[in-house]
Amino acid sequence: MSSIRQAFAQSPNGKAFIPFVTVGDPTIAVTEQLVKAMAGAGADLIELGVPFSDPTAEGPVIQDANIRALCNHVTTDDVFNMVARLRAGGCTVPMVIMTYANVVFSYGIERFAQREREVGLAGVILPDVPHEEKAEFSEVFAAQGLDVVSLIAPTSYERIRTIAADATGFVYIVSSLGVTGVRSEITSDIPGMVKLIHEANPHIPCAVGFGISTPEQAAHMAVVSDGAIVGSAIVRMIGELGEGCVEPVAAYVRKMAEAVHRV
Amino acid sequence: MANSPTSRGRFGIHGGQYIPETLMNAVIELEEAYDRYKDDPAFNAELTELFNGYAGRPSLLYFAANMTVDLGGAKVYLKREDLNHTGAHKINNVLGQALLAKRMGKTRLIAETGAGQHGVATATAAALMGMECVVYMGVEDMERQALNVYRMRLLGAEVRGVSAGTGTLKDAVSETFREWTNRIDDTHYCLGSVMGPHPFPTIVRDFQAVISREARAQCLAAEGKLPDAVLACVGGGSNAIGSFYHFIGDEGVRLIGCEAAGRGIDTWETAATMNTGKLGIFHGMKSYFCQDEYGQIAPVYSISAGLDYPGVGPEHAMLHDSGRAEYVPVTDDEAVDAFEYLSRTEGVIPAIESAHAVAHAIKLAPTMRPDQVIIVTLSGRGDKDVAAIARYRGEDLHE
Repeated sequence: MSSIRQAFAQSPNGKAFIPFVTVGDPTIAVTEQLVKAMAGAGADLIELGVPFSDPTAEGPVIQDANIRALCNHVTTDDVFNMVARLRAGGCTVPMVIMTYANVVFSYGIERFAQREREVGLAGVILPDVPHEEKAEFSEVFAAQGLDVVSLIAPTSYERIRTIAADATGFVYIVSSLGVTGVRSEITSDIPGMVKLIHEANPHIPCAVGFGISTPEQAAHMAVVSDGAIVGSAIVRMIGELGEGCVEPVAAYVRKMAEAVHRV
Repeated sequence: MANSPTSRGRFGIHGGQYIPETLMNAVIELEEAYDRYKDDPAFNAELTELFNGYAGRPSLLYFAANMTVDLGGAKVYLKREDLNHTGAHKINNVLGQALLAKRMGKTRLIAETGAGQHGVATATAAALMGMECVVYMGVEDMERQALNVYRMRLLGAEVRGVSAGTGTLKDAVSETFREWTNRIDDTHYCLGSVMGPHPFPTIVRDFQAVISREARAQCLAAEGKLPDAVLACVGGGSNAIGSFYHFIGDEGVRLIGCEAAGRGIDTWETAATMNTGKLGIFHGMKSYFCQDEYGQIAPVYSISAGLDYPGVGPEHAMLHDSGRAEYVPVTDDEAVDAFEYLSRTEGVIPAIESAHAVAHAIKLAPTMRPDQVIIVTLSGRGDKDVAAIARYRGEDLHE
């Protein structure tokens, strides 16, 4: 079983809370503390954002985090080295990379996948790689026992079955149109999307991201799917609090993870 | 690394559709609509009527006699896209896409712009066809091209400044993609160059191919033979691919793309993608990009806002790989010299973008025989650049 599947399987109720942070925002050292604190607070799987100069799927909050991290000269190798240190220190929480195609491509897809396996990462989420372009990445990652996570959007319609059929790890359901960012209301038919996904791929976990910030929203997503992904709400706290963000973020993650694990 | 077998829209190893899932059905719908209308007689008749009756096509193939005598080599012809309505080749693509968008039932056009020429062209087509229009423009470029910003507003478009990243063309493209993921149903992204995800590189090329379709026939009529070389400036590459397309099968015709070298290809202040970039994936396509060793897109530089882009269209990348086209760097200094040279010598003020192609013609023509022929595409007129060039020359002139 891939470590992403284990993340869902090992959760108290099979539902996962998945926080996202941009590595190197505000510093690599703080990200390292954040990962440990979020794991301790009940995060089931952690998305680590490798910063990219032009993150076209992100709203302003995560765009700014990417800029802050790149101003700190954070590189792909720094991210791998940080994960290696965390693993050496006994941190076992499953972690998956979220970044853009060019970050992986320029590093070398095979080299990237090998480094992921060496340091104990679970795979990659690439928001600018749709199903049609996925095999270029997923065949190489699969050879290392890693997942390339498939995304499904509110506009996917008849594409859902095709995408779901060969999805591995989990299916990332994009809750709304547009880019990442906090939303007060999510109007897409998530249960309908989950039903179509499970018709094509009965046991694949589905988690919902884009727009989630409150425990109520997270709990609702855990009811209608298998988990909730939260990025912008956490990244905004990090942006506002800087090096003092670790405790408040951990408290927030605890509240969110409890909401997800209670349903 | 092989591309995915399911990938569509490839030019050799380049191209593809590297975009968020949210946009996939939109580009599939666009491809289906384009396949339906591209050979439709009624669609093409309407487009031809717009080209000829509104945009002023066909554009002249003008024999630059003074320049030819002065350079003392090959005969130089200028393909005068600067004489089109709105003053640049951009209108060719925009009229085609706006017509297609209308057929698709879209009521709103969004576009990115660098120099402002594509934004002005899109705002123009939207005004003509009664469509809503929003143009994204880097704040740096809004400063450099203030007159075009006002021109777009005059035409009824909303201009939204983009301060993200370097505040230039690449950031405007990113922001327009973001807006498209936000609002798809009634909105067509009228992409301005032969770049982005399939089918844009093909659609834009087909609409711009009118340049070489005309130029080839005009050259045969004037000279009784094909040209020896065709020169055009390359940012994303739409006027260049339009200038090259109908000559690609003519082995004897050299195709030369002129890239913006900025302060030089041995400096960081350059936008010469073919000469300094490497293979990557960005803005929906696999192609060559200016980037660092970790794939971070470089903050490129050129005096020309229209060439100030870190990538190049996938079909150009293929023509570069095969050697069918050559891509040469032209510096700011050379382009400004050519801007002034053409103004003085022929009484034609070229866009600073087009001046990059003129600059290479000035180098190339003297090395060729008098019975040889060069066509230089003047992609746009230079009125928009006059104030910036004056400042480049140290004059305190503001619009």
